[in-house]
Amino acid sequence: MSIRVLIAKPGLDGHDRGAKVIARALRDAGMEVIYTGLRQTPEMIAEAALQEDVDIVGLSILSGAHMALVPRIREVMNEQGLSDVPIMIGGIIPDEDKAALEAHGVKGVFGPGTNTEDIVKFINNLIGGKASAS
Amino acid sequence: MTNERSVPDPNTVERIEQVLSGNRRALARLLTEIESESEGIEHVLAALFSHTGRAWIIGITGAPGTGKSTLVTALAKAYRAANRTVAIVAVDPTSPFTGGAILGDRIRMRDLSGDSGVFIRSMATRGSLGGLARATRDAVRALDAAGFNIVLVETVGAGQSEVDIARMANTTVVVEAPGLGDDVQAIKAGILEIADVLVINKADRPGVNTTLRALRTMLELGHPSSRAQLNGSQIRHHGKTMTAQTPTAHPTNHTTAPLWIPPIIQTVASEDKGIDELVNAIEAHRAHLHANEIFAEIERRQIEIELYDRLRESLMNQLIKSLPEETFNDLVRRVQTREVAPQHAVRTLLHEASGRGVP
Repeated sequence: MSIRVLIAKPGLDGHDRGAKVIARALRDAGMEVIYTGLRQTPEMIAEAALQEDVDIVGLSILSGAHMALVPRIREVMNEQGLSDVPIMIGGIIPDEDKAALEAHGVKGVFGPGTNTEDIVKFINNLIGGKASAS
Repeated sequence: MTNERSVPDPNTVERIEQVLSGNRRALARLLTEIESESEGIEHVLAALFSHTGRAWIIGITGAPGTGKSTLVTALAKAYRAANRTVAIVAVDPTSPFTGGAILGDRIRMRDLSGDSGVFIRSMATRGSLGGLARATRDAVRALDAAGFNIVLVETVGAGQSEVDIARMANTTVVVEAPGLGDDVQAIKAGILEIADVLVINKADRPGVNTTLRALRTMLELGHPSSRAQLNGSQIRHHGKTMTAQTPTAHPTNHTTAPLWIPPIIQTVASEDKGIDELVNAIEAHRAHLHANEIFAEIERRQIEIELYDRLRESLMNQLIKSLPEETFNDLVRRVQTREVAPQHAVRTLLHEASGRGVP
């Protein structure tokens, strides 16, 4: 059974290189990556997560708006009954925001220079039961 | 073994009711279970089956880069404007090396977001080669049972032999674009022959007349009377055994029913141009099938193929389960050393299996 991951870019910044690199790394690790592209609203992300029945949502945010976007996305996802679907984020996230994001239910925060293997390991550990059944 | 009327447990009954009543999370989870062939899924599908057969299933196929996803989006918008609910299954290839996949069709479908009358599901092929995933047929059935009026199935970027879509769609739309292939490509057998409707997308690009000419030539050469939707050659393509069963069992389409000649529709999907004409062509095809009683005949043959497929698959599974791995591996070695021919190895394996009670 494949792990399904949604990779989305909320907000207005137009830099999706990082998101694409992650998408590719996850694919190469045998995961199915639903890539939704740029400028996704929280509602769009929650809708895609629901319809695609993903195991985890990965957000790429470079604009600095993560403290506004992430809690909102978590909220909309919870409203859709997706409180059990974890969120991880990547991008330019200052260390001091990390704890606050984790308080909003973010399971993994990956800053610049993160090794993609670490992200793969993180997902495999978090969604472990599913991965071992593959 | 389950018999044909086994009673589903209460939990299953509840889940079925959720799917039938339009619970999107329940539907999404069901689709995942279909894909992963979860235990007991066949009971759920069997219970849903009596609720299927209401949706019109439209297959969209064509080479990579012809604009299938954009066309699917434009079609979905048009059907939504006509107040029909739409489900989309978008299939993308699984990497043969890693088993992973990037499913990117939603990128072009953002116009459909926020509409509760639309449900989009991306699906990886997981090793299937016919342009669809093994689970696509059951996923389409689930969406049909969930009450969507239209199910759009977008295949992987297809070449000339990914024609599985014609075995489950009611109307197959083949998408071309100017400048992709010369007229020799167009007359090749395969994907163009399964078209009920041909689309030249990106029709605002240079070369559209060349493509149009090539497709017209193909249609004339193709002699549509012999091509009759999903005919013998179509079936033969995927398994010789089936042709013997259905040689000329359907004289009606050949003699009495008027021919359906696939119309060629020019579209610019990114600007919603030509989409109304495409919807009209699809609806005309639907009307043609129903008016001439071809629909029932095609459906009968699709079911026939499906049963063969499922039979082959479950026989195969039984067979493989019944054979000790050592026996199999030993034969592989002996074939490799040229001691045994592959044909004889298979005979030995079958003999071994029948000794263990597998037909």
